[in-house]
Amino acid sequence: MSATSRLRLSAERFALIFTQPFKTVQRRINRWIATRTPRIAGPWVVNRRRVYILPTRYGYGYALLLLVMLLGAMNYSNSMAFALTFLLAGLGLIGMHHTHGNLVNVEVRQTRVAPVFAGEAACFIVELANPSLAPRYALCAAWQEDEPSAQTIAPASIDLGARHHATLTLTQPAMQRGWLPAPRFAVSTEFPLGLFYAWTWVELDMRCLVYPRAAARGTRAPDSAGGQGSRNGLRSGQEDFAGLRNYQRGDAPRSIHWKSFPKQRIPMVKQFSETLEDELWLDWAELPAPWDVERRLSQLTRWVLDADANGRAFGLRMPTAIYPPATGAAHRHECLQALALFEAR
Amino acid sequence: MSRAAALQDTLPRAALLRLLAVLTIVLLPHVMHLPLWATLLVAAVLLWRGLAALRGWRAIPRAVRVLLALAAFAGVYASFGRVSGQTAGVALLVVMAGLKLTELNARRDLMIIVLLMYFLLITHFLFSQELWTAAYLIVCTLLVTAVLIDANHPGGALPFGSTLRLSGRLVLMALPLMLIIFVLFPRIPGPLWGLPSDAGAARSGLSDSMSPGEISSLVESDAVAFRVRFEGAPPPNRERYWRGPVFGHFDGRRWDGVLRPNAAAPPQAQLEGGAYRYEVTLEPQRSHWLFALELPAPTSLPSDASLDADFELLATREVRERRLYRIESFTQYRLQGEFSDAQRSFYTHLPARSNPRTQALGQQWRAQGLDDAAIVDAALTMFRREQFFYTLHPPVLGRDSADEFLFDTRRGFCEHYAGSFTVLMRAAGVPARVVTGYQGGEKNPIGDYYVVRQSDAHAWSEVWLGGRGWVRVDPTAAVAPQRIERGISAAFEDSGELPAFLDPRRPGYNLRYAIEARWDWINAQWNHWVLGYGPDLQQDFLRRFGLIDWSDMIVALTAAVMLVLAGLGWVLLRQFAAPLTSDAALQQWQRVQRRLARSGLPQRPDEGPLDFARRVALARPELAAPLAKIASLYLQLRYLQTADAAGERRLAQAVAEFRT
Repeated sequence: MSATSRLRLSAERFALIFTQPFKTVQRRINRWIATRTPRIAGPWVVNRRRVYILPTRYGYGYALLLLVMLLGAMNYSNSMAFALTFLLAGLGLIGMHHTHGNLVNVEVRQTRVAPVFAGEAACFIVELANPSLAPRYALCAAWQEDEPSAQTIAPASIDLGARHHATLTLTQPAMQRGWLPAPRFAVSTEFPLGLFYAWTWVELDMRCLVYPRAAARGTRAPDSAGGQGSRNGLRSGQEDFAGLRNYQRGDAPRSIHWKSFPKQRIPMVKQFSETLEDELWLDWAELPAPWDVERRLSQLTRWVLDADANGRAFGLRMPTAIYPPATGAAHRHECLQALALFEAR
Repeated sequence: MSRAAALQDTLPRAALLRLLAVLTIVLLPHVMHLPLWATLLVAAVLLWRGLAALRGWRAIPRAVRVLLALAAFAGVYASFGRVSGQTAGVALLVVMAGLKLTELNARRDLMIIVLLMYFLLITHFLFSQELWTAAYLIVCTLLVTAVLIDANHPGGALPFGSTLRLSGRLVLMALPLMLIIFVLFPRIPGPLWGLPSDAGAARSGLSDSMSPGEISSLVESDAVAFRVRFEGAPPPNRERYWRGPVFGHFDGRRWDGVLRPNAAAPPQAQLEGGAYRYEVTLEPQRSHWLFALELPAPTSLPSDASLDADFELLATREVRERRLYRIESFTQYRLQGEFSDAQRSFYTHLPARSNPRTQALGQQWRAQGLDDAAIVDAALTMFRREQFFYTLHPPVLGRDSADEFLFDTRRGFCEHYAGSFTVLMRAAGVPARVVTGYQGGEKNPIGDYYVVRQSDAHAWSEVWLGGRGWVRVDPTAAVAPQRIERGISAAFEDSGELPAFLDPRRPGYNLRYAIEARWDWINAQWNHWVLGYGPDLQQDFLRRFGLIDWSDMIVALTAAVMLVLAGLGWVLLRQFAAPLTSDAALQQWQRVQRRLARSGLPQRPDEGPLDFARRVALARPELAAPLAKIASLYLQLRYLQTADAAGERRLAQAVAEFRT
């Protein structure tokens, strides 16, 4: 029984080759590539055995030209025509080696990836370095072809002098919040003759943090969200001293507690309950009950952005974590990251 | 946005100007085969393109471009009556390459124009394959390749120096491959299909007819007709008669070979004495005649050549390319012992009313009862005794040329003597015909071969004598024996009639002679080994290395190309490898770096050895101690002290013991 079912299985696979020949082959190739390019942190040194090379359409044109020239030389029994044809044939072959060499031993490194909002393009900046003394020219990078619409942006190609390095930017549309891993990409070159296309697959362990897409402006004022109930237990009052806390960027100089400054290395800031009253709490639970997760995240993102833009201290209360009120880029990032990764896969 | 602006995005201005310069160089040798309008058109387009790039002019609209292309097509057709064939085809290619400059919008256009330039290079060799074209080939390939490199470098233009250097390196590396493929690629006898009727060299040398003044005009030419290398001793100058076109039909003034006696097979020839074996390298003359010493052995002919009824050696195809053949000749022979009445009447025929005085003289000799041999002697005696002059500039003759020459002017070149002698013989009833060809040849002292030039062209007669067959009679020998003994320049030594290149009294003749002999030798080697490298020579040459047939050649070709390519590839890979450091301490540290990188802890570019060691210690506490030791040893060796053998040993040992 198992023999017949195995037979049927292989027959189905066999049939697939005929029904979808291109896809089958492509799948097999992709599987093979995947086994050969592990996802690593980098730097990835392009190994001689991992450089693939094929003629470009100009390469095929060149071959056709050589064939015509060879036939002409034979027809006219013209020795110099033979010599030129063979010189060009040699040139093509040497050019192939040169194109291959142009890529071998290049080091591919990842750099820090800046977070983006969903709907924007994630920019993965890769750094290529040339460890050798021979300069390299016209190196490009592009995602593996079957990835969704993505492109490289300027510069499309870079030159690397002896022991130099430069960066190339690959962009990828970020559609969903959360971590966007960089897909596999090709580092390629056609230099010097453009007759051959040499490339290598690289899969660097890069990922881009994608914040949720911010909801449209003015859906609901953040003020009301803060003012409605998420108030601290402290009483209001301009002069009510509530304590000291660590200085954070953005605090007004007049609120710094100068008396404690000589004793403590870090400046302290006086806190008054009035200031606290002004603090904004962005609360997951405050949002209307029928809203689904994404809508809530989207709205909270909008408020975070607005509050940050206004320079107001704000806190974020999520079902899983609470981020006490603060200001500054780090806090903003912390909050947005929490939103981005909330229940993320 | 104009198209011209779009173009400059494709190719930077500097690279575009380079492209224009290279295209000009590639097109330049074609100017002499082009109609004037084509040259002007291409020059105008080149100029416009250059100025448009410099001044940012607008592009030519598409409709105008199409019109220009159609007009150029029509122009070529109007100039040549067709658009195919050698000259017309090349003219069309040149014009189209020029017009292609009006659209250089994308990389595709650039690639097309580069491929076109490579193809234009090959067309040049249809017109000339002399030695200097080899240098032209390499220089032009280098330049066009530089343009190709420019076309494949997006962004700004590379400095011209580095483009040229790279291109030069590529061409230099391709040269050994070219050599291997040239020698080993199996050659087949061409052509594969018909050649265009205007292919190959222009018609030159002896023609298919002879009238007074024709051969003396050839003497002005120092062009080489063929070169001969003898195996063994060469025959003396007076026996070096190179048989060419034979003329048995006379119209009163002109000899030609239009009519021939009816004979299917070549006549019998009895060859006597020792054979001369030799190799002829014949320059293309666009005719069927192959030249051989009188008389070629029918058993030694090249496979595609045959002898006809007049014992002319004819190739099946016109000689359009320089060709090499080996042949055997016997200078002692008896040609065609038997003669039919029809043949006798053919070879004694004269137009009824032509040359009456000559005819009368011949008939008078016959009436005196002289036999054939005596009549020949009588004629030669007449040339020798009476006031006949051998001159390069004879007076012009009218309709009855033999009469005028024999009785009035008496000044003539070989064709006058041979022509009138043959008329005289026929008048006396002795079968006779005119043979043209070359006589003599000059020895090249460097290369031990003979050069036969167009200036050695000669004409003589053959008479048929009972019991002896066709006998060569050279009336010129009777008038100017030194012409036959020592060659054409000896014959005119003192007359001042010689063309400059033949005159030994001109200043600098000896030096020039020596230089020319060497130059001719070099050219002969070039012709023989490079241009003459066809199926025959290849087989002969490769047999010495044990490569007998095609399959051997292909195996050898594949192996050699693979071997050389692998070697060159290795050289290139070395070039693109990180240079090995000579610093022993650094080498050891790099080994540690590689090991740690393999286990997932690469050193970051911004990290020094100590920072790196600290970070590793955090991630892998068990490595902390050995790595700290290695790092401190390394830093000591590399930055704190000069080379220290003991320290290096300690570091090497620590690295060897380091396990990740």
